[in-house]
Amino acid sequence: MAKPKVAFYWCASCGGCEETVVDLAEGILKVVDAVDIALWPVALDFKLKDVQAWKPGDVAVAFINGAVRLSEQAEWVRLLREKCSMVVAFGSCAHLGGIPGLANCTTREEILANKYHRAVTLDNPDNTEPQVHATVNGYDLDLPVFWKDVKPLDQVIDVDYYLPGCPPPTKLVAEAIGAILKGELPPKGSVLAPEKSLCESCALNKTKPETITIKTFKRVATSTPNPEECFLAQGYICMGPATRTGCGERCIHGNMPCRGCFGPTPSAVDIGTKMLSALGSLGEADTEKAAQAFAGTMADPLGTFYRFCLPASLLKRRVP
Amino acid sequence: MAVEGFEPRIVGFLCRWCSYTGADLAGTSRMRYPANLVGIRVMCSGRVDPTFVVKALAEGADGVLIAGCHPGDCHYSEGNFKAMRRYPMLMYLLDQFGIESGRVRLEWVSASEGEQFAALVREFTEQVRALGPLNWKERAESLCESV
Repeated sequence: MAKPKVAFYWCASCGGCEETVVDLAEGILKVVDAVDIALWPVALDFKLKDVQAWKPGDVAVAFINGAVRLSEQAEWVRLLREKCSMVVAFGSCAHLGGIPGLANCTTREEILANKYHRAVTLDNPDNTEPQVHATVNGYDLDLPVFWKDVKPLDQVIDVDYYLPGCPPPTKLVAEAIGAILKGELPPKGSVLAPEKSLCESCALNKTKPETITIKTFKRVATSTPNPEECFLAQGYICMGPATRTGCGERCIHGNMPCRGCFGPTPSAVDIGTKMLSALGSLGEADTEKAAQAFAGTMADPLGTFYRFCLPASLLKRRVP
Repeated sequence: MAVEGFEPRIVGFLCRWCSYTGADLAGTSRMRYPANLVGIRVMCSGRVDPTFVVKALAEGADGVLIAGCHPGDCHYSEGNFKAMRRYPMLMYLLDQFGIESGRVRLEWVSASEGEQFAALVREFTEQVRALGPLNWKERAESLCESV
């Protein structure tokens, strides 16, 4: 019987999710034994016309990483949705918008102005800007449309499953591929990771005191955490309480507080407001003035809380 | 920006022990105050998850009031202190999103302060009226690609 086919595709992506597949190392041999890779732009030479020639259902699963910001990315993901039986949003960007999602703090006009007109290192005397259509030396050139905002995959196409993480850990990827091949999947729309928060599996959890009180927030930019004590208890903003577990706490092991790349737990409707609620409870301030000062020791709540999930948050974007 | 004929829609989270009772007193005393505020009773101002506030604003509210017992009088001792600590952080966050600080207020209203509650709603309604409609959904969508 023919091996099932899988496809990998990338949108607004850093390439880290392709790396994580490569990082399966010897584990990748089990994967290539079990499936045929029908598309993988970073590694294999299949073209758009090859994909257009597929019949719907020819390819079992498309793993799509990266957020969607270009019309070309939207065309590709819609094509893959049509041709593939299952679509998995692979990694934080496809799941929630990821780091590119922070571009929702600004507008397309501002981005283009900074990039093509204002940057100090620019030499652009004619004030040119990329155009969707242009004719150069008699040739018609097309570029994709740069969208007004960044979108996670499920704001563009129907998504069957989500593999969270920046990038998803190889263990989770291998488990997901195994589950898909065996047909042992949770209900459609599920995130393929546990439902508990990071704190549940973090080794530093046992060092948490009875009550945590934070006088001022500390930042890793200006001080180094003690690797043997709960970071939140030390005053660093660790997103662990509101973040889904399953990553193996690789950041914690690197002496960095969790930054929330797996996205909110199912019960945290919005990761930022939930963390804010928790931090408010933990603060030490008993007057309005002290509460104001306490809030002032926090740097950039929007960026800290929504680093990976701004487009998927309740407010979705900044409105200047 | 102020808009002609705009009636602000304000959501009020009122604590059951002090503020809601204070609002109730305004009502039974037949005090008149604008109907722009929709009161939602919660057990304590400390119960007000910032998610409620953001959800209200994201889904059509022009302003949100959180009202609780005066510090020291909380029925649960510390709940209003939690609200007190969350509030400036929430304002910082909302400011980063582009939501004016005048749209969300945290006030202390005791069970006997019916008149103060009515005056607060009058004042807050005018404050939000001057800011104009928030229209978050429409304004955010206008900066998003329609697909």
